Amino acid sequence: MAQITHYSQWQDAPAGDNEFAKITDAVVRVVETPRPPPAWYMAFALALSWLGILQLCIGFLFWEGIGIWGNMHPVAWGWPIVNFVFWVGIGHAGTLISAVLFLFRQNWRTAINRSAEAMTIFAVICALLFPGIHIGRPWLPYWMFPLPNQMDLWPQFRSPLAWDVFAVGTYFTVSLLFWYMGMIPDLATIRNRAKSTLRRFIYGALAMGWRGSSRQWHRYERAYLILAALATPLVLSVHSVVSFDFATAQLPGWHTTIFPPYFVAGAIFSGFAMVVTLLIPARQFFGLKGLIEMKHLDMMCRIILATGTIVGYAYAMEFFVAWYSGSHYEGFAFINRAFGPYAWAYWTMVSCNVIFPQMFWFKKIRGNLWAMMLICIVVNVGMWFERFVIIATSLHRDFLPSSWGYFIPTPFDFLVLMGSFGLFFTLFLLFCRFLPIVAIAEIKSVHPAAHGDH
Amino acid sequence: MSDEESKSESAMDNTEDKPKSDAPTTANGEPLHGVLAEYHTPKELLAAAEKIRDAGYTVWDTYSPFPVHGIEKAQGIPWTILPWLVFGAGCTGLTVGLGMQLWTNGVDYKYLISGKPFFSIAANIPITFEITVLFSALTAFGGMLALNRLPKPSHALDHVERFNRVTDDRFFALIEATDPKFDDTATRTLIAETSPHHVEDVPADTRSENLPKFFTYVAAFLALTALIPLGYAYSVRGTTSTQPRIHIVPDMDFQQKFKPQRGNPFFEDGRAMRPQIEGTVASGDLQDDSHFYRGKVGKAWARTFPSRFTPNEAAMQRGRERYDIFCVPCHSVTGNGSGIVAQHALELAEGTWIPPTNLTLANIKQQPVGELYNTITHGIRNMPAYGSQIDPEDRWAIVLYVRALQRAQAGNVSHVPAAKRAGLK
Repeated sequence: MAQITHYSQWQDAPAGDNEFAKITDAVVRVVETPRPPPAWYMAFALALSWLGILQLCIGFLFWEGIGIWGNMHPVAWGWPIVNFVFWVGIGHAGTLISAVLFLFRQNWRTAINRSAEAMTIFAVICALLFPGIHIGRPWLPYWMFPLPNQMDLWPQFRSPLAWDVFAVGTYFTVSLLFWYMGMIPDLATIRNRAKSTLRRFIYGALAMGWRGSSRQWHRYERAYLILAALATPLVLSVHSVVSFDFATAQLPGWHTTIFPPYFVAGAIFSGFAMVVTLLIPARQFFGLKGLIEMKHLDMMCRIILATGTIVGYAYAMEFFVAWYSGSHYEGFAFINRAFGPYAWAYWTMVSCNVIFPQMFWFKKIRGNLWAMMLICIVVNVGMWFERFVIIATSLHRDFLPSSWGYFIPTPFDFLVLMGSFGLFFTLFLLFCRFLPIVAIAEIKSVHPAAHGDH
Repeated sequence: MSDEESKSESAMDNTEDKPKSDAPTTANGEPLHGVLAEYHTPKELLAAAEKIRDAGYTVWDTYSPFPVHGIEKAQGIPWTILPWLVFGAGCTGLTVGLGMQLWTNGVDYKYLISGKPFFSIAANIPITFEITVLFSALTAFGGMLALNRLPKPSHALDHVERFNRVTDDRFFALIEATDPKFDDTATRTLIAETSPHHVEDVPADTRSENLPKFFTYVAAFLALTALIPLGYAYSVRGTTSTQPRIHIVPDMDFQQKFKPQRGNPFFEDGRAMRPQIEGTVASGDLQDDSHFYRGKVGKAWARTFPSRFTPNEAAMQRGRERYDIFCVPCHSVTGNGSGIVAQHALELAEGTWIPPTNLTLANIKQQPVGELYNTITHGIRNMPAYGSQIDPEDRWAIVLYVRALQRAQAGNVSHVPAAKRAGLK
């Protein structure tokens, strides 16, 4: 990415006569600049056009019905649920970095937690889109909630699909609170540096009158710790509940107890890969190399390596259990998965998720941005295929050979998946432009100058 | 909120207090909010905070761009009660989550799913957990804001230019004029002893914290406007209308198809439903064998089984099977009319029940088989017609089995073939 440096105006050292001021300037000048780098405009135009495609597709979907997708018996869940699980999985890294690493006092998280949290919010928005448009009658999603109604009916709370509504809904709310609360002091920073009245008003309203009082900091830190302690079991529960959608069904290939931990590991795996995919360009374009350092990316790669290996172990264990259980149906489901009509998808998944991340054992690879970027994109492709393999291969050949089939996606399946990336990148690029992409106050608080005799 | 905590709150919130006549003022003669000292490092701030704390001040605070490690102790900030609020909210969430599922699925509307219990802790843990976390997290956030008195749009410190750097790289301490220990000279001396880089008088915030009148009027107007749809819905509640219902979402209520008894301009007679063409019979609908299809020979009920039906052992077993499916619920396995439906109706004792006929009574025994067949086909009194559900062949088989039941009621050992008598013992 050497060629992009010449048109980024942020390669100069940040202004300021002390360490704290330099940190402030490095982050806030991204928000304050009148003109973001041309790469931002190009990326934003592309993301916006894909978002437009998504809107057109959804409009047509509401008009015509879900028959425009390839969802068809026996693979009735099709791509929308694949995409849902894919995006929810990606949305796990943010809260993990914010909450779990916070509780473990991993100070390196301060460089990346804000953008990872933002990514979480946007990924969960993309995820929530799919069940909403997949229900066939999109004007009735309120049936999922326990609202009193003239039919005197309540949701069926023994169903994992009802658990999903509460798990993902709670996760979105708590992630949003966590993200916003973390931003309040930084929004106050932008407010205090604002030159125009409009900026002062908007960022002032968002900062809610934060003035950095120590009495307020005390409660703020308590609240942050509590939120982290709450979010840690929450983040583990969400993908466990998503895995229950499958694991509590009686279908061979789904009905397995390894799913909750395996899904959570996969979620962290894909989420970290997405964070790296987003952060490498962001730190290049916005001159944040001093804050998001190579050692931070190196740590992320190690976590991707660890979780990727766990995922590989889970793949192997599924086969072992299918054999060890002695269940013919289970055995068939897995042999069919690896050597049946979807073998191409299965081996794509295995090579992307198990083989490629093993390259992170080498320090050279963990120090090469291009290699990192490439492997992380491959990991995300692989994780999409993992969900596709789980859903399609298990459903397409179940107990009744007379109802076997093969899933064929339509162009709308591709366009909607593409469009969800448009939604995701539009939101993320807006975030990069208008909000503090690094946690300024947190970085300062772990900076040596905050503790030493400076 | 504990006493200690509320006391510390006043440190940030005493701008409403009217300055007394001998209240301290700034150099320009404005009412004084407090004296602000600026420091450059966290270390300087900690040292200053300890000095001010030891001097016995209570209505004062320090300000920093990030939480300074150790400031709680240096400043003497009491522990917040926020964790207890969150604990309370968590307990509430637990109760609400579990109670909601118990009430909706276990009490108010029970439905059986895959034989699962209506309420079990295991199946209800996920949602209970999520609601507990949700309530706790909302309280942690909302409680933090409330205890910190946020949002707070206006503050005396907003007018101090230097204070803008509090969110950047500067550290401040502010002793407010309302502090009981505040003294124009002694306080300034104390602050000078903490070796600040700058000291400044902060004038009181005299701007009104009230919203402009304009905001109030617009909000009131919007609130009233929002009531109009609700009021309209209430006023027309329970009334009738000759207009068709408004279909916001048509679902599948209007389909492009022709239903029976409706018009279709395509045909000359304007009917969607097509009559049978005169002089034709649909395939399989001829039914010319009156004995077999209607149980009649000439105009009288047939007294014999039709020639197309052979009353043998197989037909008897078939009749028994069909009888057990269709007839037993009312007429019972022995045919005496005390089936489970009849028993339940008697238990309800509603007084409107017409009991099923006892098939073994003499008058039924005397009925010709054709008449029994006709009753199965078309029903009688409150017995519905079964002609559309049971094939003619099977109806005759049922008649055969009913005849066997009738004989069995009045039978004795002599009716059983000699070879099978041993099996009865």
